[in-house]
Amino acid sequence: MFKYKIVRSPAPVWMRTLIPIAAILLSFIISSIFVIIAGANPFAAFYNFLIAPLSSQSSALEVLVKSTPLILTGIAVTFAFTAGYYNIGAEGQLYAGAIAAAWIGINFPQLPSEVIIPLMMVGGFVAGMLWALIPALLKVYLKIDEVVTTLLMNSIIMYFVSYLLNDYWRNPQSGYPQSPDISAAAHFVRLVPKSRLNADFIMAIVVVIIVYFLIRRTPLGLQMRASGANASGARFAGVNVPRTMLTAALVSGGIAGLAGMGEIAGIQFHLIEAISSNFGYTGIIVATLGGLHPLGVAVAALFIGLIGTGSQTVSLALGVPVYLGDIVQSTLLLVTLGMLLLQNYRIERR
Amino acid sequence: MYAIEMIGVNKRFGNVQANKDIHFCLELGEIHALLGENGAGKTTLMRILYGLYRPDAGEILVNGQKTQILSPKDAIQAGIGMVTQHFTLVPTLTVAENVVLGYTHSQIVSQKDIEARVKAASEKFGIHVDPSVMVKYLSVGERQRVEILKALYRNARVLIMDEPTAVLVPQEVNVLFDSLLQLVKSGLSVIFISHKLNEVMAVCNRITVLRDGQVTGIVNKCDTTQKDLAKMMVGRDTAGLARQVGHKTGTPVYEIKDLNAVNKQGLKALKGVSLSVQKGEILGIAGVSGNGQSELTQVLTGLLVPTSGTIELEGKDITHATPNEITKAGVGRTPEDRHEGMIGDLTVAENFALEDLEKYTHNGFLDQKAILKDAELKIKDFQIKASPTDHLRKLSGGNMQKVVMARALSRNPKVMIASQPTRGLDVGATEYIRKKLLEERDRGGAVLLLSEDLDEIMALSDRIAVIYEGCIRGILPASEATTEKLGMLMAGAC
Repeated sequence: MFKYKIVRSPAPVWMRTLIPIAAILLSFIISSIFVIIAGANPFAAFYNFLIAPLSSQSSALEVLVKSTPLILTGIAVTFAFTAGYYNIGAEGQLYAGAIAAAWIGINFPQLPSEVIIPLMMVGGFVAGMLWALIPALLKVYLKIDEVVTTLLMNSIIMYFVSYLLNDYWRNPQSGYPQSPDISAAAHFVRLVPKSRLNADFIMAIVVVIIVYFLIRRTPLGLQMRASGANASGARFAGVNVPRTMLTAALVSGGIAGLAGMGEIAGIQFHLIEAISSNFGYTGIIVATLGGLHPLGVAVAALFIGLIGTGSQTVSLALGVPVYLGDIVQSTLLLVTLGMLLLQNYRIERR
Repeated sequence: MYAIEMIGVNKRFGNVQANKDIHFCLELGEIHALLGENGAGKTTLMRILYGLYRPDAGEILVNGQKTQILSPKDAIQAGIGMVTQHFTLVPTLTVAENVVLGYTHSQIVSQKDIEARVKAASEKFGIHVDPSVMVKYLSVGERQRVEILKALYRNARVLIMDEPTAVLVPQEVNVLFDSLLQLVKSGLSVIFISHKLNEVMAVCNRITVLRDGQVTGIVNKCDTTQKDLAKMMVGRDTAGLARQVGHKTGTPVYEIKDLNAVNKQGLKALKGVSLSVQKGEILGIAGVSGNGQSELTQVLTGLLVPTSGTIELEGKDITHATPNEITKAGVGRTPEDRHEGMIGDLTVAENFALEDLEKYTHNGFLDQKAILKDAELKIKDFQIKASPTDHLRKLSGGNMQKVVMARALSRNPKVMIASQPTRGLDVGATEYIRKKLLEERDRGGAVLLLSEDLDEIMALSDRIAVIYEGCIRGILPASEATTEKLGMLMAGAC
């Protein structure tokens, strides 16, 4: 048999501080390989990824815009993962929220902003929650794995959106499949004129703060963290693990629904099939990079938003494919996961 | 020439000497029992034989030849097969596929071909299984037969069976014994690990008894009795712990009546268990693990619902209460496995607070200051070497167990359920925990102590009950409980 075995044990402090730095460095080294293959200078590429977006006000604001949905989906995923519920369905729950928000925004033109926007938030949250309900019930009562079910729900709703936009909600004035526009009162107020930054960003920050307090300072938060860390220990201590997981799953869906509402009221103003460019899935990356801590998730979302904005500049400036940004993101995720392993496990002699 | 000879085997895990200078011989064509209680070293010894562990010292001879066994593959090649309590079958494959797994003789496997081969093997060895059935439809006894067939298909001449009857109902036990006797007639040699005296006497030829890692006796069945075996298994010269004298007030405060329960595998784990714990006493439950203590702990702490029977605390029925309700009623609950029952990734203070969330919730938020303050108090009271904000995972085993005890005892419970309280702990921590249990008794509380450590039971208990195969076989006052008597009861002697 092998002479060594792997034990779960925390790494020494010096290693733990080095790990995030090492992760970022290693990701960039690996990504550089792809940059070089694409025919560009890695240093120029990373300047464009990281520094250039912040060099002008308009692009810095765009970074915030790009980060906003990621903050929300990242928080949504974090909320569920904390309780041990692996919600891969944030993408679909986002769509559900978008549908509800669009419906409210389109059909009540007479309502003023102060009424319709909160209504859209509630609608988006509830719709996201409802879309998360079936997989959550299946998991809690029938022990059916939520990773598969939440993932499949995504496909279902995307086909449904496609149907809506081509049939029932088809905007007759446009050549593309898109819904009618929401009323002017249903738009999120623009925060900085001539930029796309709007109150969606404020909503995202507020959600981060609320979730932070929920997870760290309330009994529900403690029960969630207990359930996610050790379900049998939580059960022994009297936590109703199934009910806690159900709550976490539903709130997670609701927050993802808010992300959809934010895109409708802040950016697109009508429903389109591309309302989300994989925000739900990127949210998982953001949640992992942020270490499942609400504040870390916000920072990670901003970082990914930065790379996302940068990748457009990179492709323009250096003539490389815009997907390079995706490669950097994915490499960062894989390297971070590998580093987490180093952080939590050690090799011991048998 | 012996089929198997193990000479001078030593194996140490940390500071526990699991096997010390063991000399073990298996004759050709015999069923040889390896008898001992928990921690005696039987499983360790057999795992060394099967290549799962490497001994620190010692040799293995197979049919007189010195053989190096570095992994199960080597053991199988040497003709040694092992059937453990945890089956290694693939439920979604058929019996035939499971048996030939890894032993197909060509790249292309046809169902008909392997089924025919397995059917032939089944008939040759007298093990009756249907090769075309998917394993998931088989009963436990049938699955065990498939495991045996698997070993025989790989040309095992020696079969190690680790506590085979633990998962069988009585009828299946008889079928198993018949099969083994049949197989032995055709030249197989069997090593039968067990702690059950009646079975050992029923089916084995010779018996090696282990205790605390050493051989305490090698006898022929016809030369010994259950009583002698029990003594070899369990008997000690006066153990290091002095018996404490307790004062009983005689009022029963916790009554378990006719409790029946079924475990996760669907077997009856508790059969009509009735116990009564009095104020100011420690009732110890002795027994080899696997006889129902785990399930009893689970039922009493609210993790397993009994199929029938009642549990009453001061007359109040708490049989179907949730863990929370049980704690509130005044029962101090400790988990059998502190790693499963506590949450390593949370802090000490958070682990304490989890059982008592309502107390710390004001206006929907947790009162962090109160949580930390109460945690500090418990840490001081129980001399825990940790700060309230340390992650529980960082604590040593002893300190973790102190947290477990503190969480249960600090509520001054009416009855304390102490399950394996000193398992895996060093001497200092063990002494401390035992002291705390005695203090609890002296304070007038009632303690139900479940432990695999017979020394501990004998030193701490005022009365001792023995559990065997889910039944309480006897309850003795401490003054009458000799190791002999207890050993007999624990091993099911009739």
